[in-house]
Amino acid sequence: MAELNFIQAINQALFEEMERDPLTFVMGEDVVLGAFGATRGLIDKFGPGRVRNTPISEAGFVGAAVGAAMAGTRPICEVEFASFFYCAFDQVCNQAAKLRYMSGGQASMPITFRCVNGAVGGAAAQHSETVYAQFLSVPGLKLVVPSGPSDMKGLLKSAIRDNNPVIVFEHGGLGRLKEQVPDGEHLVPLGKAAIKREGQHVTVIAIGAMVSRALKVAAKLAGEGVSVEVLDPRTLVPLDEEAILTSVAKTNRVVIADEGHLRGGAAADIAALIAEKAFDSLDAPIKRVAAPDVPIPFSPPLEKAVIPGEAQIEAGIRAVLGI
Amino acid sequence: MDVGKDKLLEMYRSMQRIRQFESKVRDLALASEIPGFVHVSIGEEASAAGVCAALRTTDRITSTHRGHGHLIAKGGKLAQMMAEIYGRRTGYCKGKGGSMHIVDYSLGILGANGIVGAGLPIATGSALAAVIAGRDDVTACFFGDGASNEGTFHESLNLAAVWKLPVIFVCENNGFGEFTPMQTVTSVRDIAVRAKAYDIPGVIVDGNDVFEVYRFASEAVARARAGEGPTLLECKTYRWEGHVVGEQAFIGAEGYRTQAEIEQWKRKCPIVRFQQFLLQDGKVKREELERIDEETRRELDEAVKFARESPLPEPSEAETDVFA
Repeated sequence: MAELNFIQAINQALFEEMERDPLTFVMGEDVVLGAFGATRGLIDKFGPGRVRNTPISEAGFVGAAVGAAMAGTRPICEVEFASFFYCAFDQVCNQAAKLRYMSGGQASMPITFRCVNGAVGGAAAQHSETVYAQFLSVPGLKLVVPSGPSDMKGLLKSAIRDNNPVIVFEHGGLGRLKEQVPDGEHLVPLGKAAIKREGQHVTVIAIGAMVSRALKVAAKLAGEGVSVEVLDPRTLVPLDEEAILTSVAKTNRVVIADEGHLRGGAAADIAALIAEKAFDSLDAPIKRVAAPDVPIPFSPPLEKAVIPGEAQIEAGIRAVLGI
Repeated sequence: MDVGKDKLLEMYRSMQRIRQFESKVRDLALASEIPGFVHVSIGEEASAAGVCAALRTTDRITSTHRGHGHLIAKGGKLAQMMAEIYGRRTGYCKGKGGSMHIVDYSLGILGANGIVGAGLPIATGSALAAVIAGRDDVTACFFGDGASNEGTFHESLNLAAVWKLPVIFVCENNGFGEFTPMQTVTSVRDIAVRAKAYDIPGVIVDGNDVFEVYRFASEAVARARAGEGPTLLECKTYRWEGHVVGEQAFIGAEGYRTQAEIEQWKRKCPIVRFQQFLLQDGKVKREELERIDEETRRELDEAVKFARESPLPEPSEAETDVFA
């Protein structure tokens, strides 16, 4: 165990997995320098053959990652900011996601995409969006949203070893979050939720950066005698339906906290699941705490107004508890 | 270039298989015996046959929506191809891909693709994989003049050039993007000149001359295998049939080109030209060619029989093969 921040956990996972498998390599914008720190130092150990700066050419290099995966290697492809995926939508949604299915299972597609997701503070709408909802209705992609350093390492290692395209959404605001992270072989399976705090009165299903905020709110409300369960799905595809339904059956009240937008978002998707499969166990309407349907604005007070924080999560909890 | 008789006959057989297979597929589509869209490359056989004759089994190709010819030239099995086009579970993709999406990994066929320009970055990545894995396999990427206006064309040529990847970009310029004449939507007359922008060789060949295609493709493959990087090979050709089989039903007979133009290109038939080339000086005997024609007819008859007699997929199979 060592105390690592989010970025260091990514870096450690990359070092370990590249050492483990010589067919694994890193490609993307500024991965040699490791602009955000995640890929820093890889070049010294693995050399320019396996650590490749690409041109700013998302359709080209994301498509090349698809071809490289089909041809037997395991690319780890970094698309700096998640919104840049829009420049490579065909390569992700028409190619990576579908070619295994369309080839009747012949194509193997072991790609890990990494990107910075979410509001990082004053970056405006093209660098602050939460984009995983756009991929939720594209079958064939696995979607991973780590909430802290330990899960980050374990989920990324599992993603790299997975034989499917996996997109790992790394929240830009979690970079300095520190946690004890197991050394070496620490794998978190894709499709397994985590109960980050047990509780009896209400379940908060918190995604990504919402987890640490929900935990703070839960600690605060414990002082009032309110027992909050915090469930982190960790992966949106596959989704651990069983864990969600089990928790809702216990608490009978649910808040879903997501930085994405309300319409067509991950929170909407999970709310529909609960409404369909656990309606009888609900004692109150499902509450979504998510970003309103506006692009993420630039100016700090505007950004703060749309990104769900502790206050909004607390208000959501109070609403479903009627307190 | 000294080419052995076996190689010459291999290219002839390849073109015969493509021509006969696609003529049959066209007829079946017009008779509504097969579902969906079908795009055939009749008249363009020489580029597929000539390029693939320059490759070995472990080399890879990417193809297009008009891909039957490339797959056949790379060794695709007619029975499994036909079964796929019929939507049968014995098809290459178990009926999940269809005409536009046939794949055979064991032959290095990374697939036809329904999105114009999608194969270019995939081929570039396939070539990158060879470098990462320390193998000297080459990837050939087929695409049309239409795809050369896609961003992926430009991004892929740049990336392949920067990393000196073992890939050959084969542009089959048939003069039309769907129903639009190429010169009305393309800034250059020859796609090959676009190679200059990426500082790689750009070569124009007569795409209806299989021997010439083979010769220039072999040079490009040798360069790629030696680590000298990509080549853009433009094969000038023409499709005799429409963009999509059955298009006359909605756009008429001469909606975007004249019958006279089509007839003019039919006189440049790549198969007839190659027959004449092979027969002159007694390189091969007429009977040898006729035997190949007949063997191909039998192979095709068996392929159609296999497809017709194969079972359709069970509805429950729709939910398999999404994830590994």
